Formats: sequence, C-alpha cells, structure tokens
Amino acid sequence: MAEQLKLTKKDRVSIWWRSTFIQGSWNYERMQNGGWAFSMIPAIKRLYKTKEDRAAALQRHLEFFNTHPYVASPIIGVTLALEEERANGAPVDDKAIQGVKVGMMGPLAGIGDPTFWFTVKPILGALAASLALTGNILGPILYFVLWNLIRMGFTWYTQELGYKAGSKITEDLSGGLLQDITKGASILGMFILGALVNRWVSVAFAPTVSEVQLDEGAYIDWDELPGGTEGMRTALEQQAAGRSLSDTSVTTLQDNLDSLIPGLAGLLITLLCMWLLRKKVSPIVMILGLFAIGIVFHVIGLM
Amino acid sequence: MDLTMIQIILVVIVAFLAGVEGILDEFHFHQPIIACTLIGLVTGEVVPCLILGGTLQLIALGWANIGAAVAPDAALASVASAIILVLGGQGEEGVTSAIAIAVPLAVAGLLLTIIVRTLATGIVHLMDAAAKEGNFRKIDMWHIIAIIMQGLRIAIPAALIVAIGAAPVRDLLTAMPAWLTDGLAVGGGMVVAVGYAMVINMMATREVWPFFAIGFVLATIPSITLLGLGGIGVALALIYLALTKQGGSGGGGNGNTGDPLGRIIDDY
Repeated sequence: MAEQLKLTKKDRVSIWWRSTFIQGSWNYERMQNGGWAFSMIPAIKRLYKTKEDRAAALQRHLEFFNTHPYVASPIIGVTLALEEERANGAPVDDKAIQGVKVGMMGPLAGIGDPTFWFTVKPILGALAASLALTGNILGPILYFVLWNLIRMGFTWYTQELGYKAGSKITEDLSGGLLQDITKGASILGMFILGALVNRWVSVAFAPTVSEVQLDEGAYIDWDELPGGTEGMRTALEQQAAGRSLSDTSVTTLQDNLDSLIPGLAGLLITLLCMWLLRKKVSPIVMILGLFAIGIVFHVIGLM
Repeated sequence: MDLTMIQIILVVIVAFLAGVEGILDEFHFHQPIIACTLIGLVTGEVVPCLILGGTLQLIALGWANIGAAVAPDAALASVASAIILVLGGQGEEGVTSAIAIAVPLAVAGLLLTIIVRTLATGIVHLMDAAAKEGNFRKIDMWHIIAIIMQGLRIAIPAALIVAIGAAPVRDLLTAMPAWLTDGLAVGGGMVVAVGYAMVINMMATREVWPFFAIGFVLATIPSITLLGLGGIGVALALIYLALTKQGGSGGGGNGNTGDPLGRIIDDY
C-alpha cells in the first residue's frame, strides 16, 4: 500500500492563518471564492504533486462560496478531511466537495451572523465604548484583545474540529451544544440591548410643563442669608436639608416622562426604528432623518 | 493642527489597515473604537479621538456585512472623521461636528467598497487563468493585490484630507452655526437607536423579549455598571438554559410514563 498522504499541523496552522484573509478578494460574482482558494493552497501543495492535479484542485476551489468569515473555518476543516481522503484514493468527487461546502455555508452563516455580529460585537463594543467615552484607553485595548482572542480561538478550534470530524460534522451541528450557545447568546444579547437602549439612547424634551411658586421655607431665601462664608455655609446646609435653589419649581416634559420610567422616549424611538427597518427603510435614511429631526426640534425648542 | 511628515505617514498606514479590515472583518482595525484611537495615538490627540471612537462605535453597533449586503462603511467614517477632528484642532469640542461628518462619510465609503468589490470580479477571472496553469504564486499575488486595493480605498481619501490641510477643514467646522451643531448633538443622541434596532430585529424572538424588558428596567438603576449588568445577563442566560433542560428532560420523562398509560387506555 502506498504511503498515506497526511496534512501536518504546520499545514493546518498555515491554512488557518490564510483563512484570515478569506474575504480579501470578495467580489460580486463568486464572493469569497478567491480567499477560499488562497486558504486551501498549503493543502493542495501537500496532497497533489502533478501539475494537472494541482490545476484541477485550484479550479474546484474557485467555485462560488460565501458565509460568515469565521464559520468558514469548520467548513475548511471538513473540506481538508475530504481532500485528504480523495488524495489517498477515496472516491470523493468534485460534486461531493462542493456539496459539503454549499450545504454547510448557509446554516453556519445563520449561526455566525447573530452570534458574532449581533451579540459578541455589540456587547464588547458597548462595553469598550462606555470606557472610551470617559477617555479611558482601556476601552479600545479591551475590545481589540478580547475580540481577537475569541475570533482566533473559535476559528482554530472549529477548523480542527471540522478536520477531525470530517464528513460527520453536519451531525455535530444538530447536537445540543451549539444550540445552547446560540440561545444563551441571544438571551444575553437581548438583556444587554435592553440596558443599552435605556442608557445610551438619549432623548431630552425641553418644554416646561408647569412652574409652581414654592411656599416660603421650601426654598433658600438668598436675601436673608448672612454675608461671607457664613452665608455660603448656611446655603449649603439648607440645600442639604432639601430646600430648592429658586423660588419656583420647574417641571419639564422630560421630568414627567421620567417619572413613568427613565428612558421611555429612547425605547419608543428604538421600536419605531425597528418598525421602519421591517418596512425596508434604509438605515442610512433613518440616521440622516434622525439628525434632521434633531436639528428641527432643537430650533423650535422642543429638545 | 498641522501634522509632521512621520505623523502623516502613520495616519495613512492606519487608514490602509482600516481599509483592509473593512473587507476582511477579522482583526477589526476598521471599528471606530480602534481606528479613531489609532489615529489619535499617532497624532497625539488621544482623548478627543477616543471619545469620538466610543460615540461612533455606539452608532455603528449594528452595522454588519451580511451575505452580499454591504453595511455603511465604518472604516472611512471613523478614519476620515478622526483626521478631520485632529486637523480642526478643537479638541473634545469638535467631537459632535466630527460625528455629523462621519455619517455621510459612511455612505461614501459604502460606494467605494462597492466599486472595489466590482473590480475584484475582474481579479478572480485572472485567478481562474492562474488556476488552469496550476500557478500558486499567481493566485497568492492576485489575492494580495485585491486586499491592497481595499486598503487604498481608505488610504487615498485619508491622504487627500491631510493634503487639503488643517485650515480649510477648520474653516468648514467653525462656519457651522450653533443651532446646527447643537441640533446635530441632539440627533446624535438618537441615531444610536438605529443600530440597536438592527440588532434587535436580528435576535428578537418571542422567547427572548422578556430579557430585553429586564435589562431595560435594571438599567434605570444608575449604580449598576454595564459590567455588572453583563454579569446579571450571563447569570440569567445560564439559569434559563438550565431550567429549559430540566423542563425538557422532565417532559421527556412524563412522555415515557405517559405513553404506556396512553397505550393501555387505547388497548382498553
């Protein structure tokens, strides 16, 4: 029996590194195909020796491919296993390889997009942004380090998983672990989003609803205070005792809304945006629209 | 503020990295919080750029390339607005107007990336030809050229803005009347809602909506930090998963004992 062709760990690390650039030649015709072929090159070099075999392998890996860039890794792993079998004489034809790729890319993109783009990224991004807004450089550092650790860990581990499981990976996906992760991630994501909408969508209505003249003794009577530092101390003491600074109590529309629950207006705007998105209104139009509303409402004194 | 030659070169390098990442989406150099901070680091205006990055990051939370759809371009938005902020020399006060500039820039960046992605179609045909010859080197080369094109997509506009210079940029910013900048600040407080709405639309199911409500209400307590809320969120998710499993296995158990009973009844 001929010597078995086998991919070394060095090959697989090299493929893993190259797969970082899978979207590099993203194009409207076959999308990630160029990056896919670019990633497979170390394997093709190892497994096929004649020029004809190599040309055929390159051509079959330039077929259409598109998925979430990180979940491409388990698909690469499986494809590596299939190519290895094929190079060792197993009857794995072009159709089987393309079938596995196409069969896996849809469902896996369905996991990758919500997990990475809509859970990990917003949570890390919001955490880092809240640090950055206070001028803390730890924000971006934290984001960069955590994001890349998660990403590189995920892509390497799943590529190895795919390689070892070979064609059996599709069964593994229907197993419980990935489902648990997806569901847990969406629970955490929604929870954090609720908090973010409350904290970060800032809407403040300016109009005054009522102005009430306060009773004597409910406010600091500035004319009656003793002079100098003594007066300052008395004023601070009176304020600490709960006296108002002026003789009228102003209630704005915002105060009224806040007494229902703080952040209500932000929530309503978010729900409105969701509804508009479902009506296929472009996000860019909505962003520009909100800026326009901000300017108009500010000019007429509503905000 | 005028930049030295070394600073200009570094800015263009940062812009190039952001452009490359705008397509790769791997290391995330194009995310506002990273890109703006890097521009801040190389120009010495760290704090204003950090704040700009944080604010833009919140706006861009939900921007993602899904399938063939192209999101508003965070790379050009963050790099160019950070450069304008630095050149304007207004420090932290310039952040609001820089944010207002960032949004049209995101649209411009989107158009640029669509152009480059169309050009890349030509490149894969060259790769096809290289594949027929079995030429690995040529495929590597064309792929790297495609990546470089994406980098130049941001590096060239960045260099242009630097070349125009600080004075015109500053004139543009100071020419903005107060009602406009204040109004933009009001609008800026609201636009983050669009990003959240995109994310929620992706994740929301009947099952997870209650967690949104809990998060919203808990966030009204100002003394709980975002990190603290994260802790509560993780705990809730773990509890929920554990409980559904119990419920599931309990249900299965009931099913097993229920089934024979049902059969007995049927037989009877």
